[in-house]
Amino acid sequence: MRVGEIVTVGILALFSVYLMWKSAELPIGYIADTGPGGGAWPFWLSGVMLLCCGAIAFNWWRRTSPPSQSDEPLLDAYGWRMLGLVGGGIVVFVGLVSIISMYGAVAVFLFYYIRYLGRHGWALSLSISLVTPLVLFFFFEGAMRITMPTGLPFTDPVFNILYEIIY
Amino acid sequence: MEVLTLLGDGMLLALQPLNLVMILIGVTVGLFIGAMPGLGSVNGVAILLPVTFLVPPASAIIFLAAIYYGAMYGGAISSVTLGIPGASTAVATTFDGRPLARQGRASFALVTAALASFVGGTVANILFTLFAPALASVALSFGPPEVFALMLLAFATFIGLGGDDIPKTIFSICLGLVLGAVGFDQISGAPRLVLFDNTGFLQGIGFLVLAIGVYGIGEMLWTIEQTRGEVTTTTPRMTVKGMASETKEAASRAWKGTTIGSFLGFFVGVLPAAGATPGSLMSYGVAKMVSRKPEDFGKGNPDGVAAPEAANNSASTGSMLPMLTLGIPGSPTTAILLGGMVIWGLVPGPRLFVDETEFVWGLIGSFYISNLVAVLINLAFIPLFVSMLRMPFTILAPMIFVLSIAGGYAATRDMFDVWLMVIFGLGAFFLRKFDYPLAPAVLAIVLGPIAEPTLRQSLLLSSGDPSIFFTRPVAGPITIVALVLIFLPVLRLLRRGRWGS
Repeated sequence: MRVGEIVTVGILALFSVYLMWKSAELPIGYIADTGPGGGAWPFWLSGVMLLCCGAIAFNWWRRTSPPSQSDEPLLDAYGWRMLGLVGGGIVVFVGLVSIISMYGAVAVFLFYYIRYLGRHGWALSLSISLVTPLVLFFFFEGAMRITMPTGLPFTDPVFNILYEIIY
Repeated sequence: MEVLTLLGDGMLLALQPLNLVMILIGVTVGLFIGAMPGLGSVNGVAILLPVTFLVPPASAIIFLAAIYYGAMYGGAISSVTLGIPGASTAVATTFDGRPLARQGRASFALVTAALASFVGGTVANILFTLFAPALASVALSFGPPEVFALMLLAFATFIGLGGDDIPKTIFSICLGLVLGAVGFDQISGAPRLVLFDNTGFLQGIGFLVLAIGVYGIGEMLWTIEQTRGEVTTTTPRMTVKGMASETKEAASRAWKGTTIGSFLGFFVGVLPAAGATPGSLMSYGVAKMVSRKPEDFGKGNPDGVAAPEAANNSASTGSMLPMLTLGIPGSPTTAILLGGMVIWGLVPGPRLFVDETEFVWGLIGSFYISNLVAVLINLAFIPLFVSMLRMPFTILAPMIFVLSIAGGYAATRDMFDVWLMVIFGLGAFFLRKFDYPLAPAVLAIVLGPIAEPTLRQSLLLSSGDPSIFFTRPVAGPITIVALVLIFLPVLRLLRRGRWGS
């Protein structure tokens, strides 16, 4: 944790400098008759962020913050595995939205999580994975009139049937 | 006396069968829309606006106001049960509502939220009935310096009173403010902070994107990692007796937060361009400030649930005031209501109270009825909402992820925002591991777009002289209190250092 905290502060300090540099694309000072420039607000706030990073690094050096006193690893084997399986699952879920539609991706993600991570039975996993996207479809498209991504053209036949029900 | 007669007539109008049915439907629909992450009162009112052309104008506005009420009550449900603020008005409810749910006290949190909302709504209705025209003129005297001072006070309550690491808290606030500035410069219209030259950032970063990323994804990952997947959710007390004892407990433990939220929320709601979100966040901050145990906030303090919930309901009614009396909407939802009134041939403004007496008092009467109906329906549904938490966590967790992604897309209709949510979620997970408080960043991204233009307008008014925040009779005291709260931790540190030496 101790090493992780100082590395994180370093990354956040670099990000603050980047934000200051991007903000400075617009005027950052006071302009007569027009007031503070468009970049002033984010520039000075990013400056404060940088100062805070300095203060956090100072506290790390003095070992006053709990993470700076800890010799435990940032994530143990379970943590990295969880991050890979759950976090990675979410990334794949969002990636699938533009291919197999929002509802298809919801079904795949729910089945993956409930069956393989949750270790529930096939019947429960399948029923939740199929019913939830249908409920969401009728809620969003039917009741709220919100159109979700339908993915690539090969999903059209399924959506044609569903749209016929609600329109 | 005349006011009471008019109010009585208005209530009778609201109790007519058609209007009562509209209130019942509106509140129930609003409750469920508000409970859905990503959807809030503005979605409900906008989507159901066309439906209202089927009924007379008075019934139509009563219906929309009932949806507004229901959605305000509903916002607390996803904050408490799922840990995701469904709308910006329910962000502060998450801070203590979610910890209460984790302690197995979700039903207590929901009862507290419902009762606080009811009291907030009632107080606001009474203030509205008695002081509508006078308060409208006070609100108009609030210029940019006063609004900026209020925003400063909202941030100060988070810095000065937080038990968290102060540099990390300030970093979090500044990060939220900078992210809120992404997109376009509101005054010059020039593109600003288009990060990594990705044009997706031109549309800015919405509050929901950060809130769902932090709470719907980051917080969930953190929970799974910390608890090793063995999450204890809740053992709800579903009996009438159990709910009655929780009502009693809520009344005794959350009265202070409810009182603060009811009055402060109404006043902030009345201010044009402020609305329920700043009202609820400020009430949370002030409730924490006056509490004898501020360190309990964020860990499941009932006042931390009551203050924002009372405030967002109170502010919702308050934001109707400038809309009806001046024709100025106080929030996005009231802007749609205003549009509806114009379509129905009603002209909001000071003359409305004289020319359309029956309409106005019917609407005000419906506020009282809607508030009562909303608390009853909400209490009736609490066992249903709490029963969601009895689901095994291995089913509840993917459901929360799915609702976060689908709800997030529904709110913004842009896959770029969904990817941002995932990135913010993963970032929030790591920052949470290093004790960075993320609630201030969510607060800041909501208040930033109000704070920046008011600061710039104020400095323009004073030709760059910052003393404008100290010399005006209303802005001055607020600014001084805010600065004292900001520098309080520094003074504490210095004092501690002196004693130490």
